[in-house]
Amino acid sequence: MAEQLYFEDVTEGMALPVLEKNPTSQQLVKYAGASGDYYQIHYDQNYAKNNGLPDIILHGALKGSWLGQLMTDWIGEEGHLKKLVTQYRGMDVPGTPMYGKGVVKRKYSEDGEDLVECDIWLEDHEGKKTTPGSAIVSLPTKN
Amino acid sequence: MTGESVISDDMRAVVGVESDPITYEVEKGAIVKFAQAIGDNNPIFNNEEAARDSAYGGIIAPPTFMRSLISNPVPDFNNPYNAVVDGGSEWEYYEPVRPGDRITVRTKIADLFERPGRLGNMLFTIRETSYTNQFEKIVALQRTTGISYEPPE
Repeated sequence: MAEQLYFEDVTEGMALPVLEKNPTSQQLVKYAGASGDYYQIHYDQNYAKNNGLPDIILHGALKGSWLGQLMTDWIGEEGHLKKLVTQYRGMDVPGTPMYGKGVVKRKYSEDGEDLVECDIWLEDHEGKKTTPGSAIVSLPTKN
Repeated sequence: MTGESVISDDMRAVVGVESDPITYEVEKGAIVKFAQAIGDNNPIFNNEEAARDSAYGGIIAPPTFMRSLISNPVPDFNNPYNAVVDGGSEWEYYEPVRPGDRITVRTKIADLFERPGRLGNMLFTIRETSYTNQFEKIVALQRTTGISYEPPE
């Protein structure tokens, strides 16, 4: 398992480790099953096209889950995710990679917790930020 | 823009009305299936032995797992549009969710407004959903934006 991240290890402006995803249409079926979101635009080509879409598209919430993973991968088992904000600004299709990225915006202590706020996003293979968001986590300290 | 609002009085009357609560028992298999579906191999979401040695003492659900705990519908809300797109979510997390937890889900429409957009008139539905465990503690809150429109012919 990855080393635990501590509050002292974090500096404002630092980049989070990048999370790469390679969604397939099969993954969209798996996600539909696991989440209960069976909206056909995610796995039925004809249905998607009849709804004005270019192709089957990724569930927004699947992209949101990847931003969640970006954070939980980074903070380790002793960190806690407190807030996760995700916006689905662009349509993304399976068969092309997506990259979860983040930057530390602010580091502060409040009500006895040591908190870090990050700007996070998913980029498509052309570098377009289709899924912007933010997160707040609490981290343990070394002492 | 025709200038006519698609938001009827009946629709406005539903803002703030809570759905009938629904309670789910969280299953370990469902947690692992969800983690695998999103492609997250973190042992705390997948492996009981590894998770037992962790700070959590056992498997916990990934943060967006609660998407799979679907609320009852908001009563009497009739969307005039046929296509709906998920505009985004804001989650606040308070407690971990573990196998065996009984999570009660309640939702309500917090706001309703419309805007012209690329797809024509767009209806925005802001929902607030709460997730409460068997100890009556709120484990999470989710605020979601749904964007509805009439699909093109």
